[in-house]
Amino acid sequence: MQAYSAWNLFTHALRGHKQWPEAWRKRAPKSGYDAIIVGGGGHGLATAYYLARNHGIRNVAVLEKGWIGGGNVGRNTTIVRSNYMIGGNTPFYEWSMKLWEGLAHDLNFNVMLSQRGHMILAHSADQLHAFTRKANTMRAHGIDAEILDRDALLREVPYLNDAPDARFRFHGAIVQRRGGTARHDAVAWGYARAADRLGVEIIENCAVEDFIVEGGRIKGVETSQGTIRAERVGLAVAGHSSELGRKLDLELPIESHVLQAFVTEPVKPLVDHVIAFGAELFYLSQSDKGGLVFGGSIDGYNSYAARGNLPIVHNVAELACAVAPCFSRLRLLRHWGGVMDMSMDGSPIISKTPIDNLYFNGGWNYLGFKATPASGWTFAHTIANDAPHELNACYSLDRFRHGVQLDEEGTGPFPRLH
Amino acid sequence: MLRINCPFCGLRDHHEFTYGGDATVERPALSERSMEAWYQYVFVRTNPAGWMQEYWQHTGGCRAWLVVERNTRTHEIGATHLARDRITEVDRG
Ligand SMILES: Cc1cc2nc3c(=O)[nH]c(=O)nc-3n(C[C@H](O)[C@H](O)[C@H](O)COP(=O)(O)OP(=O)(O)OC[C@H]3O[C@@H](n4cnc5c(N)ncnc54)[C@H](O)[C@@H]3O)c2cc1C
Ligand SMILES: [Zn+2]
Repeated sequence: MQAYSAWNLFTHALRGHKQWPEAWRKRAPKSGYDAIIVGGGGHGLATAYYLARNHGIRNVAVLEKGWIGGGNVGRNTTIVRSNYMIGGNTPFYEWSMKLWEGLAHDLNFNVMLSQRGHMILAHSADQLHAFTRKANTMRAHGIDAEILDRDALLREVPYLNDAPDARFRFHGAIVQRRGGTARHDAVAWGYARAADRLGVEIIENCAVEDFIVEGGRIKGVETSQGTIRAERVGLAVAGHSSELGRKLDLELPIESHVLQAFVTEPVKPLVDHVIAFGAELFYLSQSDKGGLVFGGSIDGYNSYAARGNLPIVHNVAELACAVAPCFSRLRLLRHWGGVMDMSMDGSPIISKTPIDNLYFNGGWNYLGFKATPASGWTFAHTIANDAPHELNACYSLDRFRHGVQLDEEGTGPFPRLH
Repeated sequence: MLRINCPFCGLRDHHEFTYGGDATVERPALSERSMEAWYQYVFVRTNPAGWMQEYWQHTGGCRAWLVVERNTRTHEIGATHLARDRITEVDRG
């Protein structure tokens, strides 16, 4: 397989770019592997890559029901940041941020990480105080954080609606300069290609339909392409976790909900940062093509339909205009939805399970894209060692049983509120 | 667009309702001491892919709590009942 480099780009240009090899090979499944990862989203692919890269486990298959990039990894609003405050979240997301910073080189694939700065707006003095506490926690962990007062914010982001009659005036913001966006498809393709180069087999159009469990130990999977045996199986199917969990009698603290995203027609450069509104859930950035990318809350009821309903469309449009009335003339070009794995405390699960050699990764809520590198890193460690990495020990499945939930938002066991 | 048939108010828009989650989850008696029972009630969900029974409150209307059957794959809405009727049934055992 060929490395991407300036030299190769040049020589392929001479041949009209018609002879690039495929990024990963199309495969039919073998009868068995050392490890199987179910789900070829960002997390499954990153896990397979780090199993091969960090642990030398290369006889690995990633089984994907659809196509690579068809799940939430290709549907998200691409925000990456590490501005979390609670227990294990702070170091976990910072490790992910550090991996992001070296990812393009590591994968030999341009994931287009753009550290344009992530900002959350404060709409009251109290909110700015809470953000200051968060910033101090981050800095105590060696993570960059800045507090902007009102004047500094309006100097840096002059298009915000600060009219005297605005419903939500601005008191300042918390900023993580290292936060920003990455190209979501490139992350899926980059991990898939890098894993393939290390010998991992990526098998698309292969749905896992059932499991082989013998004596309390996982032995393989039944798929739409036949039986495949494996010593170890890791599940990373995001919004479809409960469907597979049911086949294993695995009790999961997860509900599936739909989250929508929106892109406007392209305009000249306007939005330099990733901006999160502080009065309600709304976030935006500007894509390289010029479209404004908007995101809001989940629709708020259980759903496996990867499409949402109009109340959120309405809500997101209203919030966009509340942030900056100059957005009001923009037309939304596209919107879509993804099936989200919302957990009961708003934090993820990367864990062993009651079934030996079966491992679970899910419950990503709104956080799963930025977590992709660290999730793959720690899930691979958990699978390779049959024990968690220090960064994901707090994300065990049995934390709910023991009352050690990680509820960053403090909203209680209600997935629709996280 | 979701539209729910409220037994009192008729077919009304999604905007008027507030979601209350899985209606098959039952709270243990307050005297229940088993941690397992509370764990199941607070945290474990079946999260069905297909027909589901769920609570909705008609907050923008008569404020009644309803049990609505809805398909989580298609968003199709089926039968709607008053939650109090269902709860009385449960109480009666
Ligand atoms: C609209 C939207 C916006 C978001 N914005 C952000 C954001 O800005 N920042 C952020 O950090 N996160 C964001 N997220 C969350 C993030 O995208 C997800 O948490 C993350 O992508 C989930 O992990 P994944 O990539 O592995 O999931 P997926 O890409 O969904 O991968 C799971 C895969 O499993 C496959 N699968 C399912 N069942 C089976 C089966 N039986 N057999 C085989 N394969 C199966 C699916 O086909 C799918 O490809 C957003 C999500 C959505 C929907
Ligand atoms: Zn009513």
